[in-house]
Amino acid sequence: MYDSGKIIAGLIIFAALFTSPVWYDVLNGKALQRPDLVLPSKENQKECVAAAEFMRRDHMRLLNDWRYEVVRKGETYFSSDNGKEYEMRFTKTCLGCHPNTSQFCDQCHSYVGVTPYCWDCHNKPRNLSIQ
Amino acid sequence: MSISRRTLLKLVGLTALGVTAEKYVSVHAGSTSAKLVAKAIGAGKRLAGTKPAQKVRLAMVVDLRKCVSEQGCTKCIDACNKAHNIPDFGESKDEIKWIWKEPYQDAFLDQENFYMKDEFKNKKVPVFCNSCDNPPCVEVCPTQATFKRDDGIVMIDWHRCIGCRYCMAACPYGSRSFNWRDPRPFIKDINPDFPTRMKGVVEKCTWCDERVSQGLSPICVDVCPGKALVFGNLNDPGSEVRQLLKDNFSIRRKPGLGTSPEIYYLV
Ligand code: HEC
Ligand code: HEC
Ligand code: HEC
Repeated sequence: MYDSGKIIAGLIIFAALFTSPVWYDVLNGKALQRPDLVLPSKENQKECVAAAEFMRRDHMRLLNDWRYEVVRKGETYFSSDNGKEYEMRFTKTCLGCHPNTSQFCDQCHSYVGVTPYCWDCHNKPRNLSIQ
Repeated sequence: MSISRRTLLKLVGLTALGVTAEKYVSVHAGSTSAKLVAKAIGAGKRLAGTKPAQKVRLAMVVDLRKCVSEQGCTKCIDACNKAHNIPDFGESKDEIKWIWKEPYQDAFLDQENFYMKDEFKNKKVPVFCNSCDNPPCVEVCPTQATFKRDDGIVMIDWHRCIGCRYCMAACPYGSRSFNWRDPRPFIKDINPDFPTRMKGVVEKCTWCDERVSQGLSPICVDVCPGKALVFGNLNDPGSEVRQLLKDNFSIRRKPGLGTSPEIYYLV
């Protein structure tokens, strides 16, 4: 093989450059962190609107259902399996219990790299000025 | 395994018969199963093919004799703007309007009349989305973002709006506004319970669908100091709107266009 030295050196440089973002983060100590969720602590907020298992996997589907029910069918309340009724409101209900989105929603979302565009219109609760 | 020609032909024949039969059966069973589904989801009337007798047709009556907008009253507009996070850009080019005032002659173009009661000549008429019974905006919307609710409210689903603005072209009342800019920085006091909108979507008055769904009246109706706005079910002969329309002369905006606007003005 001709020029094998050059080719192999070139390949090594290419591999190093190609994986550089990973090395950069590793060397800066910014390796991927597991989501660290702050869950509601108040006594009357101990349960989510559905089982935690379900919410973890399917909260986006639930939100989609709520939005369909409210905006297109004019419904207002969601009766949960736990026997309670919840008003189908994004800010008022979900963020009423999970007010600090950067310690909750964003933790998982930046981990998996999704950026829901909901906040372009939906507000964060008033008491936290983290708009 | 090998199949003789004879068996093959028999099989082909049977298959053809089966396919036809299946089509036939499903066409005829389809209506029953559709009915069952419809029953299960409580939409029997809608799927059965005939237009159901509409139980509720919401409408609004604006008593212009009681409205004092010419004296500078903007209570309905202010309450609406606040409840729905409507931005104030400070100029009219990009203005977002849900409720606004029009001079009488502009609001009722087809009522051209040079000599009229002084009172009405200077009147500023509060105008809204008319939630037409035959809404042209719904007709043209390519994504069904704008649609008519069962109670007659012409609703807009912001999640589906792609900002094509066909509806704005179709609406003869100019009831719709486009968000040319991000409205958030221009909302003085954000009401967190109602979402703002974003750049690139169309918006309009929705007769406070979020309140109506909970059995309340639109907020403008509630705050009007002179009780000039009345809201109710047009299909209920005992309702206040029906009584008012029975006892008074009413006009509507551009009725000749066939949109059947559902806001009635008493003059
Ligand atoms: C009444 C308070 C309350 C409301 C309202 C509420 N949540 Fe929760 N949520 C909780 C609690 C408490 C947990 C933790 C449950 C557990 O771990 O058993 C939780 C868990 C979750 C989880 C799973 C987190 C995990 O542990 O992995 C998600 C996702 C979630 N909620 C999203 C939502 C969304 C979206 C809404 C609105 C539709 C909502 N929540 C409304 C209280 C609430
Ligand atoms: C337990 C982790 C977790 C928590 C907590 C969480 N999410 Fe998610 N969320 C996810 C994951 C994972 C996805 C992406 C799923 C996919 O793409 O298949 C997602 C997707 C979504 C989507 C759909 C986004 C899209 O573009 O498709 C929405 C909307 C959403 N989440 C809203 C929320 C809200 C609001 C909260 C806070 C109240 C929240 N989520 C909390 C894990 C979480
Ligand atoms: C263009 C602006 C806009 C965006 C983006 C948007 N929404 Fe909405 N959404 C609205 C408006 C406005 C309403 C209230 C409609 C009404 O009731 O009149 C609403 C209502 C809702 C409702 C029901 C009631 C309420 O007020 O909470 C849900 C649930 C909802 N949206 C979920 C979502 C989710 C999830 C996303 C992100 C995937 C999202 N929306 C993105 C504008 C938006």
